Amino acid sequence: MSDNVKFLQGNEACVEAALYSGMDFFAGYPITPSTEIAEQMAIRLPRIGGTYLQMEDEIASLCAIIGASLTGHKVMTATSGPGFSLMQEALGYAVMAEIPCVIVNVQRGGPSTGNPTHVSQGDVNQARWGTHGDHAIVALTASNHEDLFRVTVEGFNIAETYRTPVILLFDEVVGHMREKLVIPNPGEIPLVERLKTSVKEGIDYHPYLPREDGRLPMSDFGAVHRYNVTGLFHDMWGFPTDNPKIVHGLLRHLVDKIDNNAHKIAMYKDFYVDDADRLLISYGSAARSALHVVENRRSRGERLGLLELQTLWPFPAQIVRERARGMQSVTVVEMNKGQVLEAVKSAVDKPDRVFLANRTDGVLITPTDIRNFLRVIKGKGI
Amino acid sequence: MERCRMVFSGSGGQGVITAAIILAEAAAIYENLTAVQSQVYGAEARGGATRSDVIIADSTIYFPKVNQPNVLVCLTQEAYAKFSPIIRPGGLLITDRRYVTLMKKVDARQREIPMFETVMDKIGKPIVFNICMLGAVIAMTDIVKPDAIMKVLERRIPENFLEMNRQALHLGIELGYAAKR
Repeated sequence: MSDNVKFLQGNEACVEAALYSGMDFFAGYPITPSTEIAEQMAIRLPRIGGTYLQMEDEIASLCAIIGASLTGHKVMTATSGPGFSLMQEALGYAVMAEIPCVIVNVQRGGPSTGNPTHVSQGDVNQARWGTHGDHAIVALTASNHEDLFRVTVEGFNIAETYRTPVILLFDEVVGHMREKLVIPNPGEIPLVERLKTSVKEGIDYHPYLPREDGRLPMSDFGAVHRYNVTGLFHDMWGFPTDNPKIVHGLLRHLVDKIDNNAHKIAMYKDFYVDDADRLLISYGSAARSALHVVENRRSRGERLGLLELQTLWPFPAQIVRERARGMQSVTVVEMNKGQVLEAVKSAVDKPDRVFLANRTDGVLITPTDIRNFLRVIKGKGI
Repeated sequence: MERCRMVFSGSGGQGVITAAIILAEAAAIYENLTAVQSQVYGAEARGGATRSDVIIADSTIYFPKVNQPNVLVCLTQEAYAKFSPIIRPGGLLITDRRYVTLMKKVDARQREIPMFETVMDKIGKPIVFNICMLGAVIAMTDIVKPDAIMKVLERRIPENFLEMNRQALHLGIELGYAAKR
């Protein structure tokens, strides 16, 4: 059996994908249920000349990868809810300074240290608004190892394309579950490499002066150009400014570069949506249970469909609106108190037809749970 | 094929989770089937009853957990007490004769197999108890071929220990066939 066919955990699939993407610097602080990512990175990276740094905490972990990214590396850290909370300040810094980096959050229950070894999807809104100030963010998720691999590679591509932090919002079930993964051959999934400046040594380099296409070429920090990087609003040289025009322009740039490309960043899968009269919307491990229900109901002639979201932020509002149009009911299946539900309600034409099927006790929502919710919704005459 | 939903249970250190992973990997990689393996982490997995779920099928598996196993393996009394009520009616319950005393009848084929005793008697090393159990399971269910299990073991286990594992697997297969009759 060839070496690219593996039977592994979702966390290990994430490591394979990061290495496939060319990631060669990982700094982290192991935490359940993401520990296997740090563990495997510590084994794998030194073998290929990469760097694994065991940090003192999650604050330092994200700061370390931000620094390494500036020097030209593709970088990653991995954590769970409590660690992700600690990362919020540095996450904002990465947004402001436009540092490509990938942050994995394998979700457990919360708040606080919560339910370490059990599943949850409670950090969806934290990913969106955990760090302060107006900003845009990218958060992706997946429900199986093949998708998790592609989503992780795409996460690195998005980070490089838009010079932005990307959050991979997985969950305990997908992270710990084992299933088969066929690792794609090199080149099978295109990789976006770092856009480096063509400005030569000795010539002024403006780190925040966009090219005509809006992209900002980078210069490896500490190499040939001296420049400033700050979390303050800054000008094209990277130096702090409170000039209202520049502040306004930079904030717009930070938000627009993601929001205006939401249609390109949107990843999702349709299952039986075309002829459906009722729709489920789900993501991550909950989508596995949702798809189980859809397959089962279809075999009984019911016209149930599923929209599985892989991009959670920027929220693919247009896709959701189009898919929900004309449905008798739209049921959001997730493991929190309705975090994506609210985004769906504000996206669709008829928010009063949107319902929640959830579970928040640390147990993966089952197909039976979902069927019961659907029965109640139908019972309401909808 | 009919979808096979299995739960392996015992206590930490008996290797039930390792056995579950080996079986699922054998099915997924060498038998061209679909397999998903998961386990319960957390407080209850330490010291108490350890549990690992495996689903093997010839079609895509969505929901990855087992609610009602067709095949339930219990290697301790505690695991037996905890999990025997969830077995699917008409399923197969495999227990180890030394570790488990059957308390009441469940609606399943109950097989007490002297796996631990046989391993200690013929090999003398409790470390391969789990592989012997795996042998019994595949003999009774025909879910994967012994060859597929051996290929996984060859990939995972140091060469010095391979022969002992092969021996344990075949002891288990013999016990499984005997219990099947």
